[in-house]
Amino acid sequence: MSENGQPVLEFRGVNTHYGPVHVLKDVDIEIHAGEIVCLLGGNASGKTTTLKTILGMVTPTSGDIVLDGEIVSGAPTSRIVSAGVSMVPENRRLFKRMTVKENLEIGAYLRDPNDDLDADYERIYELFPRVKERLDQKAGTLSGGEQQMVAVGRALMARPKVLLMDEPSMGLAPVLVQQNFDIIETINEAGTTVFVVEQNAKMALSIADRGYVLMTGRIVLADTAEGLLANPEMRTAYLGEVED
Amino acid sequence: MAIVNAPETAASTQAARPITAVDWRRTVRMGLLGGLGMVFIAAIGMFEELDGRPMIVPILSLGYLTVFWVPFVAGYLAAKEETLEGLAPPQKGLRDPLAGLVAGLMGGLALWLLTAFMNAFEWRDVFLKLSPTLLELLTFGNDLGFAFLALVLGSGLLGMLGGALAVLPESGRRIVVGAIVTTFVVAILEVIFVDIFEGIGLEAVTDLVYDINGGLAWGSAIVVAILGGTLAAVSAGASERSRTRWTAMEPAPRRTASLAAFVIVALLTIFLPIILGGIVNELLANVGLFLLMGLGLNVVVGYAGLLDLGYVAFFAVGAYTTAVLTSPISPTLLGEDGSVVREEGLLTIDFFGWEGWAVLGAVLLVAAIAGIVVGTPVIRMRGDYLAIVTLGFGEIVRILFLSDWLAPVFGGAQGVRQIPSAGVEALDLVDLTITGVDPRSIFYFVAVFVAIAIYVSWRLSKSRIGRAWAAMREDETVAEAMGIDTVRAKLLAFIIGAMLASFGGMVFAVKVGSVFPKSFELLVSIIVLVVVIVGGMGNIAGVIVGALVLIGVLGGPTQPGVLQEFAEFKLLIYGALLVYMMLQRPEGLVPSLSRSRELHHEEMQQDAWLASAIEEDDDEEASI
Ligand SMILES: Nc1ncnc2c1ncn2[C@@H]1O[C@H](COP(=O)(O)OP(=O)(O)O)[C@@H](O)[C@H]1O
Ligand SMILES: [Mg+2]
Repeated sequence: MSENGQPVLEFRGVNTHYGPVHVLKDVDIEIHAGEIVCLLGGNASGKTTTLKTILGMVTPTSGDIVLDGEIVSGAPTSRIVSAGVSMVPENRRLFKRMTVKENLEIGAYLRDPNDDLDADYERIYELFPRVKERLDQKAGTLSGGEQQMVAVGRALMARPKVLLMDEPSMGLAPVLVQQNFDIIETINEAGTTVFVVEQNAKMALSIADRGYVLMTGRIVLADTAEGLLANPEMRTAYLGEVED
Repeated sequence: MAIVNAPETAASTQAARPITAVDWRRTVRMGLLGGLGMVFIAAIGMFEELDGRPMIVPILSLGYLTVFWVPFVAGYLAAKEETLEGLAPPQKGLRDPLAGLVAGLMGGLALWLLTAFMNAFEWRDVFLKLSPTLLELLTFGNDLGFAFLALVLGSGLLGMLGGALAVLPESGRRIVVGAIVTTFVVAILEVIFVDIFEGIGLEAVTDLVYDINGGLAWGSAIVVAILGGTLAAVSAGASERSRTRWTAMEPAPRRTASLAAFVIVALLTIFLPIILGGIVNELLANVGLFLLMGLGLNVVVGYAGLLDLGYVAFFAVGAYTTAVLTSPISPTLLGEDGSVVREEGLLTIDFFGWEGWAVLGAVLLVAAIAGIVVGTPVIRMRGDYLAIVTLGFGEIVRILFLSDWLAPVFGGAQGVRQIPSAGVEALDLVDLTITGVDPRSIFYFVAVFVAIAIYVSWRLSKSRIGRAWAAMREDETVAEAMGIDTVRAKLLAFIIGAMLASFGGMVFAVKVGSVFPKSFELLVSIIVLVVVIVGGMGNIAGVIVGALVLIGVLGGPTQPGVLQEFAEFKLLIYGALLVYMMLQRPEGLVPSLSRSRELHHEEMQQDAWLASAIEEDDDEEASI
């Protein structure tokens, strides 16, 4: 999408530490309204930390997170969620002993109590008819695919401008992974900006507009999806292709 | 234990079983357990201690009952078989009483071995309770040979009867159990029944039923047993039916029914105490006291999932605040030389004027501050650490109240005495003079606070913060990612819990009339926790039942319960009950209705779930 104008979400030279351990190193990321941007990286490269930093669950030691032109680093998570960022956590992490409905309600926790949530529920049932059938069931008894739907629904209940997705392909059968990414595209087409963090580079790049590659906490590549798909380095390192 | 959807092929191998085929492994296990239980009960002195209390005159004392229920139950358990779903029900027959007999004989033998051991050796240095009196009881005043016959054959017979119970069809078993249980309950609750019947002016009934020296006369025992059996037969399935009906009810009529139930309970609460005697009122006031603390701890542990083991601290804070403000001899009010200079405390607990409300306000304020003080440092801790640190805080608070340093305010080990009682004197209607010291007015005093606490708990469970707590309890990290301010939510739980406990402290101070550090030991925290766990964590009805059963029946740390005879063994029973509940019914006595509906729902969804679970279900605690 358009590269001009102000990004919705931006990392400006962000560094993050866990105690003395340096995890994110001078990270610069820009996400513009309406885009799907992916962050690719192997295990322990710092992908989840990147998302936690956006949400304010980890405070950057230097650099800034900018949301809609406003510096939000150091702000409490509740403020950032209210400002329109919500997350589908790694492995879905539903509240298993609560019903599906209660999980969705928690997603809307920070919404104005006077808001009418019916439209939001309808939207989710439209995206995931299965969720409607399972409303009173405890989330822990759902299948993996259904749990993913509820997790996405839960995040959507916050009416995010930017939806963060942590490894949506993890632990799902290939059919469901495909389905999942289709849903991400649908959500994006409806106007939500998506920032997806993945190990499965091929899958992520198939839907993304642009991508970044993270390696031990440092951004090593940044390009359009086509550019990354064509990049020879990427092809051997992340896309699992043999050089021809 | 029930296996859902067991393969049907197993049915054929199960059905054809010879009638004498005893499940030896199970029988021997029950026999050994039973023997161990009987020896244990005798050796800790329960048998001897409780022998003085007659149950059925002249044949049975409570002592014999506490020992010899064991072989009966062991016999029943040895013979009983689970009916597995999808399998033919197990065949019943002679093998059942046979298994019971064997288990009973083993139990009796164990007890006889103890007797022989006591006869041969003098071991009282180690086992204090192995007294000559016990030996006398075990041998029935005879020699060892006679004891062998009596104990082994007696237990065997009881075991056989227990086994025979397993042969009976469900309906018959219900009647027998109903008769037995009713008889013993009526016998054991003698004090209560006498108190109640006296209260309603029907002493004649209890005079007739109970022996002059206590215990059921054998004739009335038979009548009571027949009544109990009949009642059991008539009420068969009633609770099951009403439960299903309730679950199936539409929201609107259900609301009406709830309202009706509420009105009935409220009316009973208001009018029963007038009818009931002093003892029952006193018991109920104690139940209410622990209910207050239980409801408060339920907010902290049940709702927010924070295991607070120092909960008694808030109880103490409430009690001491009340004491210091209302006692005329509160240490701060004494003259230079320690003389009493005032006739009244700073304030009185009079809720018809402003002073009572001032005391209440002060108590709540101090409790809230205490909640913040204790809560703030522990709020970032999780699980076990939180439990241990709060445990420490509880002790620190008690030691502070005990200390010489604060003695000028709190009186050290002597504490604060002469706290005036609060009464509901306005209830002089209908020629009832209810004064401050009357247990009835204390009951009303407690009841008002309990009503407030129940209402607050109920509103909280339905509220936004209630939902936040539930989310936090399950997965703190995700809850935080959803924008829930977990620090604030935890602190709020601590503050509300502290306030409810301080209600309890205030009631306690007024009820007892004096406070001193000994009343606020760790044991109180533990007992309150057990009330919550046994009743059903996170569930108001559960906490109420827990308080009624534990505090009402067994008694609190220093408060007597209905079973005053068991006072010495109270903590033992508490412990045993806790272990049993954790193993067999971790959700508590009263799991909430919605929960049971969910469980039911889950079963129905099993197949759908299996069919749709194509992909492996990874889950669990990967870092977010
Ligand atoms: N809470 C934490 N405390 C300390 N180190 C952490 C914590 N969370 C993650 N790390 C470390 O930070 C690095 C990046 O982790 P993470 O962001 O979870 O990687 P990814 O999501 O890419 O697998 C890893 O080396 C990990 O061990
Ligand atoms: Mg990760």
